[in-house]
Order: sequence, then C-alpha cells, then structure tokens
Amino acid sequence: MRRIISVLLENEAGALSRVVGLFAQRSYNIESLTVAPTDDATLSRLTLTTRASDKQVEQITKQLNKLIEVVKLVDLTDGEHIERELMLIKLKATGAQRAEIKRTADIFRGQIVDVTNATYTIQLTGTTEKLDAFLRSMADATVMEVVRSGVSGLSRGEKILAL
Amino acid sequence: MLSGGDILIRSLQEEDVDYVFGYPGGAVLHIYDALFRQDKMKHVLVRHEQAATHMADGYARSTGRPGVVLVTSGPGATNAVTGIATAYMDSIPMVVISGQVQSHLIGTDSFQETDMVGISRPIVKHSFLVKKAEDIPMTIKKAFYIATTGRPGPVVVDIPKDITNPTDLVEYSYPAEVAIRSYSPASKGHSGQIKKAISMLLSAERPMIYAGGGVIQGNGSELLATLSRKLGFPVTNTLMGLGAFPATDPQFLGMLGMHGTYEANMAMHHCDLILAIGARFDDRVTNTVSKFCPHAKIIHIDIDPATISKNVEVDVPIVGPVVNVLSEMNELLDVSWVDRSSDQEKLLAEWWSQIEGWRKQDCLKVERDDGDTDIKPQEAVQAVYRVTNGTSYVTTDVGQHQMFAALYYPFDEPRKWINSGGLGTMGFGLPAAMGVQMAFPDEVVTCITGEGSIQMNIQELSTCSQYGLPVKIINLNNRSLGMVKQWQDMQYEGRHSHSYMDSLPDFVALVESYGHVGFKIDRLDELEDVLAEVYSEKLKDKLVFVDIQTDPEVHVYPMHVAPNGAMRDMWLKKGVRT
Repeated sequence: MRRIISVLLENEAGALSRVVGLFAQRSYNIESLTVAPTDDATLSRLTLTTRASDKQVEQITKQLNKLIEVVKLVDLTDGEHIERELMLIKLKATGAQRAEIKRTADIFRGQIVDVTNATYTIQLTGTTEKLDAFLRSMADATVMEVVRSGVSGLSRGEKILAL
Repeated sequence: MLSGGDILIRSLQEEDVDYVFGYPGGAVLHIYDALFRQDKMKHVLVRHEQAATHMADGYARSTGRPGVVLVTSGPGATNAVTGIATAYMDSIPMVVISGQVQSHLIGTDSFQETDMVGISRPIVKHSFLVKKAEDIPMTIKKAFYIATTGRPGPVVVDIPKDITNPTDLVEYSYPAEVAIRSYSPASKGHSGQIKKAISMLLSAERPMIYAGGGVIQGNGSELLATLSRKLGFPVTNTLMGLGAFPATDPQFLGMLGMHGTYEANMAMHHCDLILAIGARFDDRVTNTVSKFCPHAKIIHIDIDPATISKNVEVDVPIVGPVVNVLSEMNELLDVSWVDRSSDQEKLLAEWWSQIEGWRKQDCLKVERDDGDTDIKPQEAVQAVYRVTNGTSYVTTDVGQHQMFAALYYPFDEPRKWINSGGLGTMGFGLPAAMGVQMAFPDEVVTCITGEGSIQMNIQELSTCSQYGLPVKIINLNNRSLGMVKQWQDMQYEGRHSHSYMDSLPDFVALVESYGHVGFKIDRLDELEDVLAEVYSEKLKDKLVFVDIQTDPEVHVYPMHVAPNGAMRDMWLKKGVRT
C-alpha cells in the first residue's frame, strides 16, 4: 500500500544521496520525493511516498534510521495526516475549450497563473488523488506540460516530528 | 598551529592507532610526509590497496580494535573498495582514509579523481568528505566513534590534497568527546522483553542456541558460555560465529547452514525455540525461508534493529549490546530458575538423546575407497589442527578450503577464526593473516587457502618479506576452483566451465624467490611429518608455504539441498541425501 514517510535529515552535503541510494540499493520504490531546509537551517525535511507492504515499510524505516544523518522519521500513513501536492499544468486553451477549462479549474479550486492567447497555466494544490482527478477531467483538452512537486505532509493534531 | 597533514596524524595517534596499512600516491603525499616525521605509529606498505584493507580487517577481527587504512585518490581508493565491502558485510570496525584531488579540481575529471564518497556509499557505515583542515580532528573522532560503536562497520574519510598542505597552518586541538544527535546506538536491551525471553527459555522443550558473529564482535563469548551451560541447551554457531562457543564442548553441535553439520541442521529444523544471538538469518543459514524451522518460536538478540525480522519473522526481539543483554539474562536466570517448568529436565534429556542419534550419523567422517592414496583436503586440515594443538589463528580465503577449515578445525576461542563470511572475498586470507600477525607477532597464524584464492593477492608475499611476517600458508591445491566445480558437478552435469586452474606456478620456487620457505606435499604418509616441521621452532620466524596436492574429486558435505529445501534437507555424500 501507499506510504508517506517524512524524514528529518541533517542539512549536509551528501545526506540526500544516501537516502536515495538506500532505496536504489535495497530495491525499494520511490514514487515521489520532496526535500527542503526547515525553519532550523541545520535540518532538512524530506517527504517521500512509496508503495510497500507492512513488512517492507518496517525494513525501509529501520534502514533509513540506520543512516547516520537521519535524525528522526515518521510514517505519516500510520495515523491521521495532511498531505498536499502542488501541480502546474499548461494546456492549450482556444475556442470553446477556453471557457470549459476555466470552469473545471474553478471547480477544483485551481488558479490560472499565466495566460496567453492560446494557453492557460493552472496551479492546483491538494492530495495526489485530487490532482489525478483534475488531470482525468482534462482528458479532452490538450495538456502541453505538467509539473508536480511530489507530496509534502505532516500529522494532524498535536503530534509533531521535530528535534 | 599545525598543517592538515600533521593534524591528521596527530588525530590518529589520539585514537591510539598503532598500525596504518596503506600505499602512497599523489593525493596523500602531504600525509605521508607527516607520517615520516613521527614515530608513534607504524605504517605497513602493502603491494595492492585491497590487501591493505584486508590486513586492517584481520587486525580488527583478531584484536577487536578498528583497522586503519590510508590510500591515495582514484585507483588507490577504488582498489580499496573490495576490502571495504568485505568489512561492511561482516560488520568489522575500520577507518579508511582516502586522499582526494585538490578541492578546486573536484568534479573536473582531474588526474586520479574518483568520487570515493559516492563509490563507497552502499558499502560503508558512514563517510565524510573533509572540507577544511580545522574539521579533521572532529571528523576523525566521529569516524572512530561510528566505526566502533553500535553495529560496527567501515567509515571512509576522504581528504582533498589541499586540506593537508604543509604551508597552511591552523589551530589544533583534539576533541575529548563526541556526540552525534542523529546517532545513538542501543545501550541495553528492553527488560520486559528479556523477562519474556527467560520465561520462554525455562519452558522450552526442544531449544537451540544459534549464535553468530555478533557474539564475537560484541565480546559476549564468556557470557554465552555461562548462559548455555546454565540452561544445558545445545549450541550451534554460524560461519561468522565459530569460536563464540567452544567447539570441543559437548553442548556444541557444530556449524549450521548450507554446509553445516547434520546434527546442527536437524536440531534447528526440529527445535521448538531458537535463541538467536548476534546472528542475522542469512540465506546461507536458513535455506528456503518459508520452510525454516517450522516448529520454532524465535527470540532474537541483536544490536541492529534492522536485522530483526528482516529475513525471518521473530517472536521476541531484543535490541541491545550482546554483553548487556546476556548479563541481564544470566542474572535473571538465577532468580527465575524456580519458575523452570517441572518437566523441562526430562524433556531436555529426551531432546539430547534425539540429538545424539543425529550425531551418530558422523557426518564429517572422511570417505576413502580401498587403495585410494590421495590426500583428502579434510585430512590436511585435521593434521594442521593436531600439529598446532588447535591454538593457531586461522584465516581462510573462499571456497571449499574455507568450509573444510570451518568444519575440521574446531575453535575453542573467539577471534581466532577469521574469514570473509558475508561478501565471500577470494584474496582475503593472506593479507588478513598478515594483519593478525602484525597484531600478535608471537602467535602462530595460519592461512588455509587454495591455489585459486591465493593467487588473488599473492603479491603480498613481498610485504611479508619486508616486515618479516612468519605466516604459515596451507595451500589445499586441487588444481581446480573447487566450490565452483562442486556446483558444476551437482547442477550442471559435470560441465566444468572455466573452473580448473591451468598453468599453475611452482609455488615452492615462487615463495623461495621472495626469501620464504616452501614445501610440496603429495603423499598422505608425509603430511604429518612435514607439517610438524612447518610449525617447528626452527621455522618459527619464517613464512612457510605448504603446497598440498589434494584429491580434486572431493566435495564439501553436508550440503543443503537447494532450491526449495528446508534446514533438514541435506546431501550427506555424493548421491546420498536425507
């Protein structure tokens, strides 16, 4: 099943490559990966999504914990959590389709962030599922380019992942 | 104020390093110059960097202290990779210092540049690329701390040449302590889990103690013996764990696994409780995982949480250092003895009588047809055991000779048996023996090898001349890559694809050219006498190479039936299986 693993990592050169390398060398899969420094500049927060059985995810989290630069981690899918992904999508928007695309974007609470005579660029945030649903709803349109940020997330309530 | 090169050397001295195994080159010239200007540490000049890592490895396995390697950038570093991987697979503490090209040249494909941190990443416990001279002391402190604590392993420290420049001087002070916020190895086992384990041990009917290399690495052998004797349970060791429990003790059933003894594998298959200590349920132990020990509950003690339930699901995991956990268990056992189930003694006696039945199989009996006068490799190992009174350090390479040594040279003490169990590195034996001999100059050190393996690092005979290392090399020469040939016999209808060694050198003449002593044995009746001479007082200070011509048709048995076999499914001799 799909898992979202969130990792606090020392913000040091080479730390990310150890995480990515671990997944490659133990043939675990990575569906998406986002990483950036946190409010504490010595730490990075990394969120990755993977598809794994309970047994596999146990190994993944243990092996990640063995990396010296991994400070802490949590499997967000273990509990209630919030996940968001950002998508920018550039579509051909001409003729009757121009209005139709805008209406659909509104329904999904997307924003048109760039416009030309023939194109729209729409920004959309939400769960991976929602972004997938929007892409499906654009099946009749001509999608020129899609870029997605990958998932970021944290636990609901008072549970935190911090030092 | 000191240069980076001097700071590095001072830092190594602070870590009480007595030997550095290495090879100079462009990127480490400043470091070698700093090494030249001191006399606290000895440097051992090898003939190939792979051998430097294996020497450091042999030193570490025999002493329990980290081995230290110094190599140059590019090919120096890549040559060290096999030895680093060997140490990683067997959890051996090692610090490898590799030179790197100057900082401003990194990434420009400059001369002798290679991304050592990148290349070594999957085979190190951790690695560092040092950015400035001031960082060297803390980096070295961390490297030794990480290499030697928790589950030990190799750490690479990559140092660009400009960082060690003799003209750039910086303040030096060596940190007294180190703390890494993201690294805190377990310091003791969970008491609740230990209690649970004790109550399971005291009600087991057919228990087994399965101890691996972690007991040796964690210095837990004596505590293991105390525990085992108190409980009266049968004990088996993994290939890496040989010596963790005295092999001549009646409670010892021998090694388990692919080439384990009949009694050890049968007892594992039929037991109802496994106490696994510092072992990792490796595929060479378990045979088919889904058929592994179908009746057994499993207690697993290990320092590395990732080892728990990795290959085999366990019932009671205990994460902690073997010394702490076993001490706590021994204490608790005294207190809890009253809770021992009333019929355990009787049931244990029945279990032992079943095991004695399996022992009667005499699975290690050496087969010999009438009129056959060939030297069997097993007999050669047995003769070495007799001549050395079972007290020699023994290193091996990889293949049939390794299994014969493991099965026919029983070890009563930890750290005396030194082999590449995880990676299975041919070429390990001789340099590892040299590392042991460096650490223990007055002890007998034997390298049991084969004519295939020995040629993978034979250049080190030269290093042995330079440093006067009196290693005894027992070459079980069957003119073939024995283990490959055995599999080809068993699984490829005897098609010996590239498994024989043509154009072998005259080993005696070869070793004599280095100033060593060589013997060739091709008759069974001279085996014992020649070996007595080899280990005699007269040749105590000489490297002696004994080229023993052995029967090329011999296979290693027992051997697990694979694929799809269980622990109890074994070949016992050619064409005969359980």
